[in-house]
Formats: sequence, structure tokens, C-alpha cells
Amino acid sequence: MTQQHPFLALTDSDREEMLGAIGVGTVDELFRDLPEAVRLGRELRLEPPLSEQEVYAHVAALAERNADASRELSFLGAGIYDHYVPAVVDTILQRGELLTAYTPYQPEMSQGVLQAIFEYQTAICELTGMDVSNASGYDGTSVAADACYVAKHATGRSKVVVTEATNPQVRQVVRTYAAGFGLEIVEVPYRNGTTDPDELERAAVDAAAVIFQQPNFFGCLEPAPDLVARATEAGALPVAHVDLLSLGVLEAPGRYGAALALGEGQAAGNFPSFGGPHYGFLAAREEFIRRMPGRIVGETVDTARERGYVLTLQTREQHIRREKATSNITTNQTLLALGGLVYLTWLGPQGLRELGETCLSLAAYAKQRLAEQAGLECVFAGQTTFKEFAVRVGRNAREVVAAARERGVHPGYALGRDYEGMDDVLLVAITERRTPDEIDRLADVLAEVAG
Amino acid sequence: MKLIYEKSQAGRRASALPRYENLPSPPELPEELRRSEPPRLAEVPEFELVRHFTELSTRNFGVDTGFYPLGSCTMKYNPRINERLAALPGFARLHPLQDEDGAQGALELMWRLQEILAEVTGLHAVSLQPAAGSQGELTGLLLVRAYFAARGEAEQRRTVVIPDTAHGTNPASVTMAGYELTPVRTDARGNIDVDDLRGKVDEHTAALMLTNPSTVGLFDENIEEIERIFHGVGALMYYDGANLNAVCGISRPGDMGFDIVHINLHKTFSQPHGGGGPGGGPVAVRESLEPFLPVPAVVQQDEGRFGLEYDRPQTIGKVRGFTGPFGVFVRSYAFLRMWGPRLREMSEVAVLNANYVLARLKEAYDLPFDRLCMHEFVLSARTLKREHGCTALDVAKRLMDYGFHPPTIYFPLIVPEALMIEPTETEAKETLDAFCDAMLAIVREAGEEPELLKEAPHHRPVKRLDEVRAAKRPVVKYGFEEHPDAKGEPKVAAAEAPKGV
Repeated sequence: MTQQHPFLALTDSDREEMLGAIGVGTVDELFRDLPEAVRLGRELRLEPPLSEQEVYAHVAALAERNADASRELSFLGAGIYDHYVPAVVDTILQRGELLTAYTPYQPEMSQGVLQAIFEYQTAICELTGMDVSNASGYDGTSVAADACYVAKHATGRSKVVVTEATNPQVRQVVRTYAAGFGLEIVEVPYRNGTTDPDELERAAVDAAAVIFQQPNFFGCLEPAPDLVARATEAGALPVAHVDLLSLGVLEAPGRYGAALALGEGQAAGNFPSFGGPHYGFLAAREEFIRRMPGRIVGETVDTARERGYVLTLQTREQHIRREKATSNITTNQTLLALGGLVYLTWLGPQGLRELGETCLSLAAYAKQRLAEQAGLECVFAGQTTFKEFAVRVGRNAREVVAAARERGVHPGYALGRDYEGMDDVLLVAITERRTPDEIDRLADVLAEVAG
Repeated sequence: MKLIYEKSQAGRRASALPRYENLPSPPELPEELRRSEPPRLAEVPEFELVRHFTELSTRNFGVDTGFYPLGSCTMKYNPRINERLAALPGFARLHPLQDEDGAQGALELMWRLQEILAEVTGLHAVSLQPAAGSQGELTGLLLVRAYFAARGEAEQRRTVVIPDTAHGTNPASVTMAGYELTPVRTDARGNIDVDDLRGKVDEHTAALMLTNPSTVGLFDENIEEIERIFHGVGALMYYDGANLNAVCGISRPGDMGFDIVHINLHKTFSQPHGGGGPGGGPVAVRESLEPFLPVPAVVQQDEGRFGLEYDRPQTIGKVRGFTGPFGVFVRSYAFLRMWGPRLREMSEVAVLNANYVLARLKEAYDLPFDRLCMHEFVLSARTLKREHGCTALDVAKRLMDYGFHPPTIYFPLIVPEALMIEPTETEAKETLDAFCDAMLAIVREAGEEPELLKEAPHHRPVKRLDEVRAAKRPVVKYGFEEHPDAKGEPKVAAAEAPKGV
């Protein structure tokens, strides 16, 4: 006889009683509406069930085969970063009441999640200088596509401009969505690592939105206020793709006139986790509040006039507006956004600024060490960078990566995959987690393996 | 309860960051790029932070708290081993741009998960990339576009057919994918009205989107005829996997004739719902659609060696960063390995539980379709409303006083005063009985003391909340010194909007 599965509860006598109450003799009879031809009629061809101990051993062995940042000194970034995630994040996210709840459709059962999202929305608005934030999007790529949909409907225009110095994955996802949205995507090239405002202004004519990244994909600081002014001049919505952890030292996009600010939240409170799950954040000026995609939490009162929180402005959403909705998004990334809120609260305003300054200093140190020790120069001379920078390594960067990894160091992302003429360029990311000693080691290894 | 910002005192902090000595001073930032005013994040010590969020968690209800029969959301138990595995440094600290030879374990896990999902759906190829069900839907419809474009039928195929019982995501996805919506009616037995359908499907039809079993919890008895109608005109069939928990190992979408399927890893395969997310929405397709799947594809190159394939000239592109929400894959993979071929038993018990609760409740509530159900069913509180003025919303709120999360209400839209109940395979008979007892007691209360329902809930941290006011005067962030006083004139109104799905 088969052993009771640990995730089930019914005993044989429970089953008998239940079938009796239903008025059928067997479980099979419950499926009598299924035509014979569409039934599987055999057992699923899957391996036999494992116990918890066995599944742990099997999956942990798979994890052992990965060269993660605890096994290999890593300077990989390019959108996903190895910042420290404090223990309080794990503690809160493992609270079962939060972890195993769903979307707070019934607010009286869900004040914990609702208030947390309200606090998250506040943090995102504070960081970005915006008026309204949603409860999260899937990641830093999909929120950019969402912004295109907002801009298309807000302006009635059908072209979107994206700078070439914006994360290639973001550009790829925007292009994929654009096929459905009926949008034309135009890219503006970079000049010495940043975007030329004149070129951007010319491209922005008749555009619904202009998307740029700050700091951009190469780590360089764009002339963001100028880019925003030029886009606005052309009647396009300026959309800033930003790194939350830069916003303790860099100006809030709302302050220089961006219409929407969005990005990948992973760096703030989520592990890299081979690409997800993470949260995308999306914030906007007040005038776009009824065009926002996704969940938004609002404050209200109960019948005793006590303060409480609910999902609000739901007439934007798919479950009410259906084909006229501002987006199809339903499941989002609430738990990861909650991790973001816990992390940002842990940092506080002082911590956020210190973190930004530490990244700036460490990156400056790394540039200096790579120049002195390995003779490597930054590709974009004279540009100010934040925590990431591009260096020429004198030979194919993928070969340099392979050779450095043999010495236990992953030196960064080889840009040749995404940019022509950059086969010999590495994008090096420095977070507060990389110590000066580790940076010295990077310099030593690159001195050995670079051309 | 206070907001974290209301507990803040300038100068407090929870973090201490490393301070490295003898570093060069950071580069001077151009003034126009430099932060002019610090963000007003909360300033609290670490223990206050932990207490704040712990208190918030006590004001929330999850599957770990109790029974959560939210229809169409499949709120099943989320095994704890999943969390332990996803947190292993070999996964959590693995960078998505790590070279393939440094990510063999992760790639193998994804490849194995794809193989399992292909077997469970009865289809040929799987992309794990989409982040959630609705992104899976959009991905599927973009695959439909690419498929017809490759056949030179892009201009001809303009419409997507959707039954009136569909989740709201379906029509929203249709619009986002640039298609026109053709709704089709439901017949008296809860199936698609095949006569209505015949007049709406022709050479302009691109696809059908169908949830089967449907959102009323019924398996479409005419699925073979429906398949003939769509494939007969060269259209594709898309399966919304929201209700896959009913049929694992029993009937596969591929065997039903579907060409594209999305799977909700957070419903069927136990990724915790996280208060709204994350999810996972892998897409499985027939061989003819494989060339269009998102890149990169996770492939087995030689026996035991795995890699990423970017060179797919006909791909729709990317719908999300990297290869998808990997931590979700770890959890669902572990869950699937703990079930193996016994997945069939999982679905059988989900269906048995639902039919048992239905049998106990169908005399007391209105039943729009009197059939055996699959993993969920829909009741109506129409009679309660007519006779006692108690609505589905009132029933839902009163259930909270009995310690249960309410079912999905006011969905599907074709059933007035709908209560959509999905017990899942989790739950002991005692729990199901206690829930049924509460539902029956509520019917009696509606007759004897309707105010008990109308004023419910009575025992939650807040009383019934005014959703209309929240939407009319949106307050969507804390305003610090200018924060409005919440205790203005309340105006409570019941919002008849879907709550669930």
C-alpha cells in the first residue's frame, strides 16, 4: 500500500465518507466529464517521489556545482549586483503570514502586507522624487516596457526612443513588447560613454517617451537633467531608469523633471539568485496616477474611523477593465519589494548616502589600481562613474574572463556580446562588499591575464 | 498601528557599513547631478525594525495561518524545504551573467524542470522566462503573432476568442499583444456555447484562449469539438494554466489539443504567493512553435552538459531579464520531485476536496451549474441578497470572524454574487468541515441577525474599510508633516468588484 504523502491529510476513511457525501463510489467518477480521448491513460513519466532529505541532497548537490560569489571573487554587475543583504531581510521575508499570503484582495485579512506596500511606495517616491509608485513590477526590464504603454496612451504617439547606453536586456524586452503595442523603437547612440543631448533631442521628435539610464550601462553619469529637458521640449515623456542605491548621492529624477522613474530593485535587498525573482519599481508624477500599471495601495478608514489600507484605483486594472486595462499584470513581486523596504529602512538615509560614497571611493580605488598595477585604462576617458566602469583589457575580454576565473576571480562582464567594437572591453562592478584587498587581487590577476 | 515613518527619529539607524581606510576621495559629482535633499527613509534601530515588521505580519493571514480557499489562486501549502534550498549560496549568490561552466548546477535544474513541465503539459518545448501567469499569456500571444507572421498570415489573423468566464488578464493580454477580442458565451451547463463559437471562428481568428477546467470549475465537455473548430481554420489554441491543479497526470493540455500553455508555478507548484508575488509563468509549446520561444533557451548540449542558446533567428526576443525568476524554479523543482508521478493523486485530492465542500454547501447557496466540479466551484449568494439583503461581500467578511480567509468573490462576472471556492489538496477533512459549518452558520445568521454579516468583520485588526473613499481621494504615500488626517468623514460603500484571481 502507498504511504500517505506528507503534503496530504485525507485518510482512507475520510475518502470513503467524502465520496459518500458527494454521492459517487470512486474518485475516478469525479472526472466523468472528461472525454476519454483527452485523458492521459498512463502514469506520468517522472522519476519516483523523493523524501525531503533526498530532495535536499539532490538539489544541494546542484547548488554545489555553481561558482557563486561565495566561491569566486566576483566583479560581475551589468544590472545585478552583489551588495550585502542583511539578516533582517531574511527574517522578515520568512514570516509565514507574509510569505504565504496572496494579493490583499480582502484588506481586513491583509493589513500587514497592505501597510508594508504603502511604506514601500513611500520609500520609492522619496528616493525617486516622484508622487506615486506601484506595488512593484516583475523586474527592471518589464517596468520599462510598462512605461512605454503608459506613454503611448498618454501622448497618443507611437515611437519610443531608448538610449544605446541603456541596459541591453531592457532594450531587448522593450522591443519584444513593442511588437504587441504597435510601437516603433529608435535607439540613440552613445558618444564617449554617454548620450549626446542634441542627438537625443532630434530623435525625440514625435516620440511618446525617451528612456535613458542613470548611471548608464557603462556606469557613466549621463547629463540627465539636460536629457530630460530635451525630451520634454520635444513633447516626449522622459523616463529615467535608475539604480536605487545611487540615489543617496545622485539627484532624484523627479527633481530634474522626469515623468517616470523606474528600474531594477535587486541591488536594494534581494540576492542575485541567477536572475530572479527580483522586483522592478515604477514611479511617476501625479498626473499619470490613473495610467499606472499594477497594484497601488491607498490609505482609508474603517467604519470606526480608524486608519487602514486597501488596494486602490482598481478601475485601471485587468480584473475590472479587462481589455481596456492599463496592463495585464496581476501577480507582481510584492515579497521582493518588501525585502527592498526592509533593506532601505535598515540603511536609512545616512546609510544610503554612505553606501553611495563607499561605492564611489572603492570604484575610484579600483580604477587607480587597475591603471597602476595592470596598465588598464578606462574606455571612456574623463567620464564620472558610479560603481561600475569599462576598461580595455588588450585582448578578447571573454578570454580574459576565462583566464582570470582559473585564478579564482571573475573580473567582470565582457561587453562584446552587446556592443560592436567592444570585444576587448570589460565592465567591472564594485559594490561595498568588495574590500580594497579584493580589489588589489583583481588588479594582480588582470596584470597577469590581460593583453 | 503607526507607519515606520512615524516611528522614525533623526540620528537613529539599523545599519553599520564597513569603513575602508586610505581610499582615494570619491570623485566630485557635478552639482546638477548631486543629491540636493536626502530621501526621508525611516530612521530606526534594528530591533525596532524587526518589531515593526513582525507586528505587521501578525496583522496578515497566509496559508501558514489557516484555510485560504481563494478561488483560482490555488493557495496550497508551501513546503519549507523549498525556502531552505532557494537560499543556498550556490543559488542565491549566483550571478545571472556567470559563465555557463560556472552555472552548470543552475542550468541543469532549469533543464530538468523544463523536461518535467513538458511531460505534465504533454507538449514539446518549454521556456521558463515569463515572470508570472499574465506575462506567460503575453508571451504566448506574441508567439502566436510570430507564428502567423512566419506563415505570411500576420495581416489576416486579427482576433483572439475568449469565453466570458475568462480571467481579466486574458482580454488585457490580447490588447497588449495587438489583437482584437472576440468574446464567446457560456452555455447552460457551463461549457463554451459551441453554437455561438461556430459563428465567431473563421480565417481571421488567430487563437482561442481557454482555461480548462474553466473559472467556474468545470471541465469543458466539448473540448474535442472546440479543438476541431479552431484547428479546422488554422488557428492556434492557448491554454491558461491557472487551473492546472485539477488535472495533473489525468489530462494534459497537449492531449486536449492545445498548442501553447502557460503554467503558474506559484499556483500549481507551490512557490509561495508572497503577498502578491513573486510568481513564475513558464510557457510550453508544440514543436511548430519552438523556434519562436524567448532567448536564451536552456539546452542540454552533450550528456550532462548544459548551456544557453541565443542563436534562434525566429525568436520573439526577451520578455524578462536573463532566464527568468530562478529562485521560483528551485522551489517548484523541489516540489515536483517530492511528488513525481503521484502528482495525479495531488490533483485527485484537490478535486475530491472541492466536490466534498460543494456537496455540503449546495443546498444552502445558489448553484449556477449543477454538475460535479473539478478543483473549485462557484456558488452564488443571490438568494441571501434577495431575502435578507446580505451580499457575497457580507458573507466573505463574516467568514473572517470564523477564522477563514474568504473565497474569491464577484468573479467570474457571469455569476451574480459569486463565491468561488478552491480548497486545494492541502487541508484535512476536519478543516473542510469547519469551513462548511461556518458557511452554513452564516446562512442562518443572515436570516436571524443580518447585521452580523453586514457589519463584519468584528474580530480583525480593522473593521470594514472604505474602498470608495480610497479611490476618490487617493493617498498613496506617507506625506510626513503634510500627511492628511485619516479621520475625515467616512463613507462606506460596498464595492462590487472581483476580489480574488
